[in-house]
Amino acid sequence: MPGIVAHGAYVPRFRLGAETVGWPGSQERAVANFDEDSVTMAVAAGQDCLQNRDRNAIDALFFASSTVPYAEKQGAAIISAALDLRRDIFAADVTDVLRAGTTALRSALDAVAAGSAKQALVVVADSRQGAPRSDTERNSGDGAAAFLVGQDDLAAEFVGSFTLTENMLDNWRSSGDPFVRSWEDRFASEEGLERIVPDAVDGFLAKYQVSLADVARVALYAPDARRHARLVRRLDLNPQQVQDPLFGRLGNTGAPFPLMLLSAALDDVPPGALVLAVSYGDGSDVLAFRTTGLLQPAAAAGGSLSASLASRIVLPTYETYAKWRDVWLTGDAARRPSPSSPSVSAMWRESNKNLRLYAGRCNACGYVQYPPQRVCVNCQAKDDSVSVRLSDRSGEVFTYSMDYIAGAVDTPLVVSVVDFHGGGRLICMLTDRKLDEVCVGMPVEMSFRKLRVVNGIHNYYWKAAPRRFAVEAAVRPGG
Amino acid sequence: MNGIKDRVAIIGMGCTKFGERWDASAADLMVEAAYEAYSDAGIEAKDVQAAWLGTVSSFRTGQPLAEALKLDYIPITRVENACATATDAFRNAAYAVAAGIYDIVLAVGVEKLKDSGFSGLAVPEAPGSDVTPPTPPPSQFAMAATRYFHQYGIPYEDGKLTLAQIAAKNHHNGTLNPRAHFQQEISTEQVVNAPMIAWPLGLFDCCGVSDGAAAAIITTPAIARTFRQDYVLVKALALSVGAFGAIRSDWDFTHFPESVRASQAAYQEAGIASPRDELDLAMVHDCFTITELIIYEDLGFTQRGGASQDVANGSFSLEGDLPVNTDGGLKCFGHPIGASGIRMIYEVYKQLQGKAGARQLPRADLGLTHNLGGRPGSFTCSVALFGNP
Repeated sequence: MPGIVAHGAYVPRFRLGAETVGWPGSQERAVANFDEDSVTMAVAAGQDCLQNRDRNAIDALFFASSTVPYAEKQGAAIISAALDLRRDIFAADVTDVLRAGTTALRSALDAVAAGSAKQALVVVADSRQGAPRSDTERNSGDGAAAFLVGQDDLAAEFVGSFTLTENMLDNWRSSGDPFVRSWEDRFASEEGLERIVPDAVDGFLAKYQVSLADVARVALYAPDARRHARLVRRLDLNPQQVQDPLFGRLGNTGAPFPLMLLSAALDDVPPGALVLAVSYGDGSDVLAFRTTGLLQPAAAAGGSLSASLASRIVLPTYETYAKWRDVWLTGDAARRPSPSSPSVSAMWRESNKNLRLYAGRCNACGYVQYPPQRVCVNCQAKDDSVSVRLSDRSGEVFTYSMDYIAGAVDTPLVVSVVDFHGGGRLICMLTDRKLDEVCVGMPVEMSFRKLRVVNGIHNYYWKAAPRRFAVEAAVRPGG
Repeated sequence: MNGIKDRVAIIGMGCTKFGERWDASAADLMVEAAYEAYSDAGIEAKDVQAAWLGTVSSFRTGQPLAEALKLDYIPITRVENACATATDAFRNAAYAVAAGIYDIVLAVGVEKLKDSGFSGLAVPEAPGSDVTPPTPPPSQFAMAATRYFHQYGIPYEDGKLTLAQIAAKNHHNGTLNPRAHFQQEISTEQVVNAPMIAWPLGLFDCCGVSDGAAAAIITTPAIARTFRQDYVLVKALALSVGAFGAIRSDWDFTHFPESVRASQAAYQEAGIASPRDELDLAMVHDCFTITELIIYEDLGFTQRGGASQDVANGSFSLEGDLPVNTDGGLKCFGHPIGASGIRMIYEVYKQLQGKAGARQLPRADLGLTHNLGGRPGSFTCSVALFGNP
């Protein structure tokens, strides 16, 4: 039986909340930074999931999202490069519906069960936008989850799944629409969510001859706290069986939502516990897992999800968020010429440098240099180096500047010189920063981000970000 | 190697008023500078046998110089070497004379920056993957300032004051120079409290972005003597191009090796052992106040980490023992990129001739110019020395 080898989650660092001026909600929700999207958050969750894992053992990659950056062009291919996966893997985008995450996870489990992949990685992310002041804007959140699926050394065994597929136009977004639209709330709840999800859970229990009482925890999708509570009552779950849906802290993250809750549940339940992940959208998927007791390192620190929820900056004003989402247009305020289109042939040629973040280590003298050089900067040996991946290394800020005139969105733009542990120096932007924490010697890690979209081309690259989790600093001697 | 020392001479120079020259095109500026140089030398356009045009972004070839000046089908080469452009145009022109190919040549530097519609530099880049951070020059040099303060344990307030003293000095010098872009004194308080551009550099830590042109007529010393007695001799022309800074993790960001190497080469070519004692003035590339601070150390004017004390002592003011940027510098004279190097030579030339007006130094026999093009870690640096016959 296949199952989950490792899992990870990612919550962006920023929040809209009670302290945010101009934000009508008293509840908090996670918001992606201006340079994040579903692809970058999927990479972040993937990095979390793949800590200390052999990336060359992965045979398949599934990227699930209802907010893929390109209408034509695969997101999984970008993610595969950024995560430094092999070229000969099967890769697919699963899109267009909030059920996409569980669909992708089930597809990965099927692939492993069928033997077409020994290990498959599933990354799921969404950054859905509601119209300003809408319920969707208030209740949504941004985030990502990742699962490494395989046969051996499982943290949780796959027990089985049940799916209902039913055409339902309760939430939708047509091509070109920036905002998610919804039909009247009472219809959507009563004939959609609250009818279809219980049918799917009942279908699962009947199919596998399982009693609801045997279920230890349910990671349950719902668009907001009120409807989550109604659904819990409809399903007749007792409180101990309900995985905390994190409304008021995270928000409904869309496709990854039930899977982020699943990731948290797997870290939280005892060995041998049966955990359900239940999604919703044009039907419902129910996926069941039984924990093995093989804990991940991240679980020792309370899990990736709770750690990234705890690491938070509440935005001071709604205006900042509005600028990030292009609701408040900033382009005309720019004091620089509009950027020209990146050269696609140069992007292609430099893919290993830009997406895999390869430095070169000289075989002759060992000097690590970024970008990789034909002629070694230290000993001038020619064409004699090996690639070294910098994306999962940490480092410190050697020096920096804060540019107050470089743009209108992330002002001041902090540019940092990062020296990596193990060698190598990179001049890059510093994102997700609070200005008063920026200093020489600041510990940083690398984060995959979207630099800009020009000519419809999403140009992704790595930025430095404050090293986020204490657990990492704690394991490094003297760190 | 014979070197360039005493092998070529300047017999005429011109320099336009720098600034927001809404009235003038790049061609107008070249005419203005070249005709002042002709007049100063006592030559006519027909006497020019070859020319070098330095410009970073105003023109692509040397042809616009021919067109503006109606030069008579002579060879013209366009030179581009970032902020060292004008000095490198001068250098190539001087080498052609020293090689004996020509008797009288013209070097012109020009830049028309203020038609872009942007207050900073708006120089287009070649197509690329566009992943390097958008670091306009203030941001690049701010990283040097951050590290300089850190390395020498200088509190922010103290470091800002030192930088402000450099800006105030150069503005004071500029008020004595009618051709400078800016014409007002600024106080250190104004500099420290100015709007931030790229922390820790504020508005008055940054040089002006200007339009302007400058020109030089170069010949041999033997011919120069037939034109005038107060010609100026070239003592050294050095150029150092860096390859090792930006990607080496052991480079400190607080010294610029290109400045060190170019100045050492120039001192050697001219036979200078102690620049602080032997030089009478220096025009250095103060694109930002921090740049001038680091240049003091790189050019051997003071010891590493000691520049702040020299600034406090006023060593580099008009009354100091080694006046630096007597004409206002890039900070106050302005910085039309492709013209700045020859503008610096213009000031040294005038000082050496005793024609520098209100800012004339009591003693001026040996002067230095210095340009730094590119970014910290990968500069193109020119250093040139000039002396009286």
